[in-house]
Amino acid sequence: MTKLDLSPSPGAAATPAMLRSQVAMELRLLSRNGEQLLLTLVIPLMLLVLGTHSNDVVDLGKGRSIDIITPGILALAVLSTSFTSLAIATGFERRYGVIKRLGASPLPRWGLMLGKIGAIAAVEIAQLTLLSVVGLLLGWEPHGGATAFAQMIVLAVLGTAAFGSLGLLIAGTLRAEATLAVANLVYVLLLVGGGLLVPLSRYPEAARHVLELLPSGALGQGLRDTFAGQGPGAFSIVVLIVWAVCCGLGVARTFKWE
Amino acid sequence: MTEPAKNVPAVEVVDLVMRYGSVTAVDGLSLTVEPGTVTAILGPNGAGKTTTIETCEGFRTPQSGTVRVLGLDPISDGRKLKPRVGVMLQSGGAWSGARAYEMLRHIASLHANPLDVDALIERLGMQGYGTTPFRRLSGGQQQRLSLAMAIVGRPELVFLDEPTAGLDPQARHATWDLVSELRDSGVTTVLTTHFMDEAETLSDQVHIVDAGQVIASGTPQALASSGAKNTVRFTARPGLDVVKLMHALPHDTKVDEVSPGAYVIAGDVDPALLATLSAWCAGEGVLTESVLVERQTLEDRFLELTGKALR
Repeated sequence: MTKLDLSPSPGAAATPAMLRSQVAMELRLLSRNGEQLLLTLVIPLMLLVLGTHSNDVVDLGKGRSIDIITPGILALAVLSTSFTSLAIATGFERRYGVIKRLGASPLPRWGLMLGKIGAIAAVEIAQLTLLSVVGLLLGWEPHGGATAFAQMIVLAVLGTAAFGSLGLLIAGTLRAEATLAVANLVYVLLLVGGGLLVPLSRYPEAARHVLELLPSGALGQGLRDTFAGQGPGAFSIVVLIVWAVCCGLGVARTFKWE
Repeated sequence: MTEPAKNVPAVEVVDLVMRYGSVTAVDGLSLTVEPGTVTAILGPNGAGKTTTIETCEGFRTPQSGTVRVLGLDPISDGRKLKPRVGVMLQSGGAWSGARAYEMLRHIASLHANPLDVDALIERLGMQGYGTTPFRRLSGGQQQRLSLAMAIVGRPELVFLDEPTAGLDPQARHATWDLVSELRDSGVTTVLTTHFMDEAETLSDQVHIVDAGQVIASGTPQALASSGAKNTVRFTARPGLDVVKLMHALPHDTKVDEVSPGAYVIAGDVDPALLATLSAWCAGEGVLTESVLVERQTLEDRFLELTGKALR
């Protein structure tokens, strides 16, 4: 039998090492989870390819459908990772005592949060890169050049903050099964009618005023405006910030770690 | 380095009160754990064991009373304490899709000087299921992974919440061996259990908890014999005068003829009592058969203290 030296030698690993380990663990688990990959990559890619012919189904308005649909698909990718995927994963981490287990380890709570943010950032970078490249191959002609892509990053960060805190708000208060149901339902509802893929101008007036106040409408429209070369628009940015701050405060007050 | 200070108790709980809604889980509980010892918190289900231990682990804020762990506050000094304290949760504690090795390596990676993961895996006999996802592990396998995660960071104090629940006898003994080895290495262990033999075998100190309070404390031997109504059973011809026998025996000794010819003496059983019994029987011309001295076990004591009602 192997002799183990069990004598005490306590100590926390260096913070960067802990964070690296945590992000790597989250990404490994994600890459092994079929449903998450479907949600974050397969569905957006499918919709992007189908979207090139979307004008035959839905009237998206003036312009080429690929130019209208691609920014919406990028918004959808942000939604899937920062909201649905995060909420479901966190809900089950609470259920299975993972958050509690890590809470008993030297990893601080902010380290757990940074680990999640790091994993989300890595996934979104992969998603946005892949979807942009596929979009370009399908004939997408973004306007605004490098500035537009820089603005996309700003919108993606704000959108992630808004959707992510909304996701944590749900995951931190509801049971895991309820979180799963709500997160998927919200994903589908926003995908179909949340102003994510279809330009706000195509909605009836009354609906438009509601949708532009939703994070999905703000992110979708902000990205469409950006890649039309007009910049994201202050209104979209303010809407995303307000959602992020409100949901973030809600999370801070209500999140239960177990 | 964080050498355990010898003069500071490893754990000190004073008048802890914890309520969930209208239910009082812990009701003025106090206990002290000396460094380097194995302490068992023994109690029936719902006695408040897990709540107490989770408060020591910093998962819950005391509603009243104080808790000090290694001389520190489990909540406000949490960051300092976490690396020094190993925790085994009663259940769960891993991503359902994480493999056993992977999970253990991950926890190890959060510590500065972790145990050698492969050696620990071998020591706990986990080689057979290292690549199995957590959700497919049996209850006992999950328990062993959980124990491994508690000690991999080389803590000076470990809390084990029902470490052998659901284990087969071999795995139970392996866990006991490991706890003994932890003590030999200078690690303080606090464990909860409702197995008497576990508390009796493993621990230096036992606290029996019921209805949120410590109702008895001591070494397993002292507890078992305290209030000790040990018994002597003997058989002889039926119809002995038990009252007369009782007068011959020390005060506080009871004698009953439980069935014709079967007698039970309850009291402080010592060699003098046996000698008195023999002498009395000889005087009465009675031949005793099958004299049996029964030592009270911790289990008897436990049931005596906590009652036999099911919870």
